[in-house]
Amino acid sequence: MTSPHLLWLLAGVGTILVVASIIGEILRARLSPTGQNPVIENLNARINAWWVMVICLALAFVAGKPGVVLLFALCSFAALREFLTLTTHNRADHWSLIACFFLILPLQYWFLAGDWYGMYSIFIPVYAFLLLPVISSLRGSTKDFLIRVSETQWALMICVYCASHVPALLYLQIPGFEGRNVILIAYLIFVVQLSDVMQYVWGKLLGRTKVAPNLSPSKTWEGLVGGTLTATAVGTALYWMTPFSPLEAAGMCLLITLMGFFGGLVMSAIKRDRGIKDWGHLIAGHGGFLDRLDSVIFAAPIFFHITRWVWSTT
Amino acid sequence: MIPSLRVFAARVTGLAISTFARFMTAPRAIWQGIEPVPKQRVYFANHSSNGDFVLLWTALPTPLRRQTRPVAALDYWLTSPLRAFIGREVFNAVLIDRRPEARTEDPVAQMVAALDTGSSLIIFPEGQRNSSDAALLPFKSGLYHLAKARPAVDLVPVWIANLNRVMPKGEVIPVPLICTLTFGTPLHLEAQETKEAFLARATQALLALKGQA
Repeated sequence: MTSPHLLWLLAGVGTILVVASIIGEILRARLSPTGQNPVIENLNARINAWWVMVICLALAFVAGKPGVVLLFALCSFAALREFLTLTTHNRADHWSLIACFFLILPLQYWFLAGDWYGMYSIFIPVYAFLLLPVISSLRGSTKDFLIRVSETQWALMICVYCASHVPALLYLQIPGFEGRNVILIAYLIFVVQLSDVMQYVWGKLLGRTKVAPNLSPSKTWEGLVGGTLTATAVGTALYWMTPFSPLEAAGMCLLITLMGFFGGLVMSAIKRDRGIKDWGHLIAGHGGFLDRLDSVIFAAPIFFHITRWVWSTT
Repeated sequence: MIPSLRVFAARVTGLAISTFARFMTAPRAIWQGIEPVPKQRVYFANHSSNGDFVLLWTALPTPLRRQTRPVAALDYWLTSPLRAFIGREVFNAVLIDRRPEARTEDPVAQMVAALDTGSSLIIFPEGQRNSSDAALLPFKSGLYHLAKARPAVDLVPVWIANLNRVMPKGEVIPVPLICTLTFGTPLHLEAQETKEAFLARATQALLALKGQA
């Protein structure tokens, strides 16, 4: 599944990480030699976690379709665990929660691995949507019923359904692009995450005006504009490895970086409501899987469907 | 079984159990009042699920885990050969009899003996699983007697959050949700402190961790 373009992209990301690691160590030596500066320590923890994430993704790419599907199934599992830890449910929902993790999640990725588009594109919005409240209602508890079933459904949509659209990109059939679909995944993740990183960098450098002070103190207009434009410019410059023309690539990049930004905003609103700063703790420096994936999760289904409508024959 | 094979089987089983616990609950240990260093301690925690001590045992770093023994009910753990193997060999539990009429050994003396060999302990001072709506059941006096017998040992409150949602009482299959274990500041019995005052203080110390979890 490796292609020269993918190797170029990975080499580029590797170079960025090497540079970032060097800068991180220089900053640490200058400003935080004994680890007293939390911003520098967090920056270095983030860079180290990026190494791990990029290596996992690269290994999955090497392992081919099963590897990528498995990786995202595991990410969905971790994300769902983070999300459902914070939702409203009671003992009556025990079996519907078990169904989310051990039935619906594996089935969604199973349908995906079998390239059954007609099923995986409606399985959670239709079948799970109707099945789960039935399971919960059979246990007889009516307290907060609508809140419980809605939050569970929302968790599945975000953590499983939307996230599964990343590996779904492998199954598109684009004339002249055969055997290179993995580039679509690498491109989507690279552009969206670059936008996140550049929003962080521009925000730290120039950030003054908050976009939504009630939702997130770290999202600023300066960061948003700087981050999305930087990522769009880089993404456009990489059009040659995608099925898109330069103009199409620019449009796509703008779309997915904005979706990514709004994804972060929406997920911040949920976190703020539940009184937490991070979804989890498993990715050092970043928080949880959802903290890192929120933007990709919001961008992936839109990227998938537009690519499918316009470029794919399936 | 050959002894070394038993030890090996116990190690593997222990690893399997803690891996499973990690997979299901991604336990997060918050070392708020103490550092995770190998110092002799009695960890006392709230008890809302059968998985409590497994999770606490899993959350301890390996060097601490090796020297930490859960205190568990003999009347539960010796009912089948498999349970006896897990209780004795895997967790190296200090098995105490909860039935005063049936027991031959004093539970406090057993715990003190375990402390005197250098082990740390995990105990649940409520004495039974709490499935009530109250945050904690009234503590049994074992914690006090332990504090009195070995006043130098750190008594560390540990609040285990969310495990009762992972596996509510009566359910067989756990739901994977994140659990948090908050380790508080160690307690010691103060001079002239009465049993009631000490147990009330220990209860408060544990409850205080709940709000932050």
